[in-house]
Amino acid sequence: MTTKVTQFVKHQVAHHFDNAEHEFDAAKLGMWAFLIQEILFFGGLFVAYFIFRAMYPAMFVEAHHHLSWQLGGLNTIFLITSSFTMAMAVRSAQVSQKNKLILFLVLTFLFAGGFMCVKYVEYMTKIHHGYLPAKWFFGTGTFDTEPLFFGLYFTMTGLHGLHVLIGMGLIAWLIIRSNRGEFHKDYYTPVEMVGLYWHLVDLIWIFLFPLLYLIG
Amino acid sequence: MSESAPVKDNYLNSPKGIWSWIYTLDHKRIGIMYLAAISVAFILGGIFALLLRLEHLNPGPLLFTAKQYNQLFTLHGAIMVFLFIVPSIPASLGNFILPMQLGAKDVAFPRLNLTSYYIYLIGAIFCIYSMIAGAADTGWTFYTPYSSTTDTSVISMTLGAFILGFSSILTGINFLVTIHKMRAPGMSWFKMPLFIWALYATAIIQVLATPVLAITLLLLVLERTMNIGIFNPALGGDPVLFEHFFWFYSHPAVYIMILPAMGVISELITAFCKRDIFGYKLVAYSSIAIAIIAFLVWGHHLFVSGQSDAANSIFSLLTFLVGIPSGIKVFNWIATMYKGTIDFKTPFLYALSFLALFCIGGFTGIMLGALSFDVFAHDTYFVVAHFHYVMMGGVVMAFLGGLHYWWPKMFGKMYSEFWGRIACALIFIGFNMVFFTQFILGSKGMPRRYFNYLDQYQPLHAFSTYGSWVLGLGLLLVLIYLIDSLVDGKPAPANPWGALTLEWQTDSPPITENFTHTPEVHHGPYAFDKVKPS
Ligand SMILES: [Cu+2]
Repeated sequence: MTTKVTQFVKHQVAHHFDNAEHEFDAAKLGMWAFLIQEILFFGGLFVAYFIFRAMYPAMFVEAHHHLSWQLGGLNTIFLITSSFTMAMAVRSAQVSQKNKLILFLVLTFLFAGGFMCVKYVEYMTKIHHGYLPAKWFFGTGTFDTEPLFFGLYFTMTGLHGLHVLIGMGLIAWLIIRSNRGEFHKDYYTPVEMVGLYWHLVDLIWIFLFPLLYLIG
Repeated sequence: MSESAPVKDNYLNSPKGIWSWIYTLDHKRIGIMYLAAISVAFILGGIFALLLRLEHLNPGPLLFTAKQYNQLFTLHGAIMVFLFIVPSIPASLGNFILPMQLGAKDVAFPRLNLTSYYIYLIGAIFCIYSMIAGAADTGWTFYTPYSSTTDTSVISMTLGAFILGFSSILTGINFLVTIHKMRAPGMSWFKMPLFIWALYATAIIQVLATPVLAITLLLLVLERTMNIGIFNPALGGDPVLFEHFFWFYSHPAVYIMILPAMGVISELITAFCKRDIFGYKLVAYSSIAIAIIAFLVWGHHLFVSGQSDAANSIFSLLTFLVGIPSGIKVFNWIATMYKGTIDFKTPFLYALSFLALFCIGGFTGIMLGALSFDVFAHDTYFVVAHFHYVMMGGVVMAFLGGLHYWWPKMFGKMYSEFWGRIACALIFIGFNMVFFTQFILGSKGMPRRYFNYLDQYQPLHAFSTYGSWVLGLGLLLVLIYLIDSLVDGKPAPANPWGALTLEWQTDSPPITENFTHTPEVHHGPYAFDKVKPS
């Protein structure tokens, strides 16, 4: 252990905090507040979803058959696994295991990338068969209101996908900084914060998946 | 600036240079930069208001076409709400004062604080772009289905408001954490100044309500660009859903505006009466109570939008509840003055104006919360007068009061007390001329947002317009003597008002890290009976 310490960079506590713990607590509280606002942001979409599902139950059941639960399921596995690797990354940072930290971050990044690839395939199939919002809709459907389902589908998964992309950017940034040896048992705030964010992104998908893919 | 006296280092003069401002992480500089930005927004929105009033001097077209008129009141509303009032007290005065009242060196996240400011500027650019590229004509409320079909530039305006919302959320998070984590040793929750309590309640609403506005506006943008159909009845969507979403944010947003104003008033009244606040805990808790009730009353904007009678009655009842914590505050402020040593300085005059105008605004709010009356007065000038009494009579009065109160601290200069009092009187008289008249107009049936009106309303409309000139003159005076004080003002002592909160214990203007030694707190913020102000 003592020989490894040299490869780490010492963290400088910002001037307006008393000590590193004070700084960490503040960052964590801020992150939780940010996550709460994220939940409310998506909350609006979920409210819209439930209102229209209550208004058009039969249409929702019919429309969801155009989504592939297999691909959605695969993506669910990807994200849940990535949440696990992210948690392991945080753990590795806490015990100053640089190589493991980088390994788990890279794995998380790859699972996230896998998620986006599957999402891309799904979107392309929808676009190809015309299951699109409103005026672009040319798929086959028994209900006039079916484009509304796809309006919701693309908005909800699109915004979630954007959050995955942002998460990938953040993880890439963590990988670069980990490589420089900036994270260790005395300072791992960014790893922990991105971890929290990543779990939320995962959690939102855990709700999106059954609500969109597994109706009926 | 006298040449003989050596100029001490303070946050204004060190470090020097334009880049030291652009990259600054100092909450005080960021507060000043906000102050400049919101002042520009206020002047712009104010010019639009004057033009709108001028148009109504006589019935029939005078300056504008009907469509231009619609665009003007939309710009007036959107700029005043999103660019001025929402950020006004928290982002400018709050940024400057909050860490100092806590005895801290800075907010918890200085870099995030600067980011919020630049996000605000980007949002402002979108709004200004909308202004030149076929300004939106939907009203600041962007109601669908009109907003999804009009050919004016709704997208840039809503994107602007969306971006400004993020600035507001980030400021809220920053203040929330600062209040939790950065208090000076000895400052327990109940030793915090009431301005801090008010900003805390505001931050809660900013974090919980603003994201709902964000998603609503985003959905509106998607509706216009991608036709997702959520608000479009032709595609199975529901335009009333937009109203629900919009007011779920925008009613609490009213408290994002008024709560910090109430916090300022608590500071002004204690400082100029030299008395401890009557019922500290009640005033503090009532801020939190208002923040909670704020989320349960949005339906009072939909009394005539086809909401069920049961929902209407519940929303009406809940709306009345807001009167209780607001009433508690007003009575406690008045009780604080009782047997106080009142000093009628300019900031205190604004506090008194606030009390009078906010009471009128509040009572008419209760009237409008009553179903039977609201159906009659809905979308008339009565509503316009009501919310201007709260927004301008309440928030802007408190903002001006706070600005005068903290001006010596911010810039180290005293403004002219003589002109301050005159301007305050002009603003108070002008404001009532403009808007009390509009209560009468509204009760006589004058609908809001109408370009033209019947001849019978002409005398009242004209009187309201004359009032707008008095009001405008008063505000112009403020601008002139405040700027003049920067050049010619007497140097301000550290504590010109003899107040006890921590920001007065350091130099005017303060040094970069606020205090030479972290202060320790042993008594409440207004313990005038225990401490002699230094
Ligand atoms: Cu309301």
